[in-house]
Amino acid sequence: MSEVKYSKEHEWIKLEGDVATIGITKHATEMLGDIVFAELPEKGSNVAKDGTAGVVESTKAASDVYTPVSGEVVDTNQAIVDDPSKINQDPEDSAWFFKLKIKDQSEMDTLMNKDDYDKFAKETSA
Amino acid sequence: MNTKKTSLYQLHQESNAKFVEFAGYQMPIQYSEGIVEEHKFTRNHSGIFDVSHMGQLFIYGGENLIKDLEKIFPLDLKNLKLNHSKYSFLMDKDAGIHDDLIITKTNEGFLIILNAACKDNDFKILKELLEEKYKMVLDDNRSLIAIQGPKSSQILNDVFAGVKDLNFMSGNWFSFQDHKVYITRSGYTGEDGFEISIPNDFVDKLTRELINKGSKLIGLGARDTLRLEAGLCLYGHDLDKNKTPVEANLKWAISKERISKGDFIGSDIIIKQLNNGVDKIRVGIKPEGRIIAREKTKIFNQSDVHIGEITSGTFGPSVNGPVAMGYIENEFSKKDTKVFLEVRGKKHPANICGLPFYKKSYVKGATK
Repeated sequence: MSEVKYSKEHEWIKLEGDVATIGITKHATEMLGDIVFAELPEKGSNVAKDGTAGVVESTKAASDVYTPVSGEVVDTNQAIVDDPSKINQDPEDSAWFFKLKIKDQSEMDTLMNKDDYDKFAKETSA
Repeated sequence: MNTKKTSLYQLHQESNAKFVEFAGYQMPIQYSEGIVEEHKFTRNHSGIFDVSHMGQLFIYGGENLIKDLEKIFPLDLKNLKLNHSKYSFLMDKDAGIHDDLIITKTNEGFLIILNAACKDNDFKILKELLEEKYKMVLDDNRSLIAIQGPKSSQILNDVFAGVKDLNFMSGNWFSFQDHKVYITRSGYTGEDGFEISIPNDFVDKLTRELINKGSKLIGLGARDTLRLEAGLCLYGHDLDKNKTPVEANLKWAISKERISKGDFIGSDIIIKQLNNGVDKIRVGIKPEGRIIAREKTKIFNQSDVHIGEITSGTFGPSVNGPVAMGYIENEFSKKDTKVFLEVRGKKHPANICGLPFYKKSYVKGATK
């Protein structure tokens, strides 16, 4: 069974085999407001843990999207580039950002589980 | 930190506003529905904006005041009709803009609506220029709300009978439960609408009544996307002391009659620029694709030479795409000129375009 983990930068990550699907959390979308632009990493590129791997923009501002783990980008979600409002509608499922083939599963260990993340999100937005 | 609150603060809170500090005030940036929905609601129905942070400067006087104000503003104030308004600017001697404003002739003198961040400085400048000859009140006891969008006229007319007969850029006194309210047909969204100056104690009641009649509170976030789509300038971004009204492409707001005489602050520079042209000028810029070019984005020409800078840029919900304004070297300011915008290290194509991005629907005459 695949467990969803969360980063302090408000990304979620779901690992299936050695492929991780990454997106931004509902809490992140609520803080950002209406998302009107999304930029994703290039397929085939390599991204390093905690490095930038995309951009989202609301009407107000641009924000970087970070990757919580290292790996090679094996797929990206063109649907959210074509219609960024999908990110607000379904951030933690169909509006995923990119998929990585990950190298070091132990990078997952430092991430939070759902309860810890919910607590973290509540504390940091207070 | 000592931030001020407007008289609608409690109503904003009840309406789940997200607040930001703006010009020393706690102001609602958006409510629960978000900027895009608020923007569209204003374009299609009616939105209420709390703009009580803006300055309401009453200057009392007659013929002499008109003469003295004409030394300051490039307007034909003696021929301005009672209760009519003009868009103008407070300039320095080099025609740099201290503030942009709306001035209205009232039965007792003039009412000037000033930007929140500039109002105290404007007051100081005007007091010195007018040599304290006139009573001047920057009125903190009055709130200011704008109601904007196609349904606003009917909604407001239910409360203030006759308001729908006001012409664009004119106003009058009305009464709300026996209290004097000054309403002008104006706004800053590109929509038909009104601005209402009302004593602080009654603004909450009036706003709730307008909400009950179908209008909705709209935050500063949507105010920004609405005004940018309408091609309107925001002081501190598109206008400042290093820019003149001619460079800002606002020469339509300068009275031709006053230019012929040239006896107002900044007139030397204005006349020179009108005759000889300007080096840089404000233009509309439409990025190709979806990339958003925000303030301070550099503009390049086809030969990769830096030719200007974006001063406002966002996503326009009614345009359904990115929109921007900026200053560019005059020779590249022609409509449809291709330029490049540097966003996150990459250059993205864009085109110079006419303003507004979104067509205005101001009423010219009274509605039937």
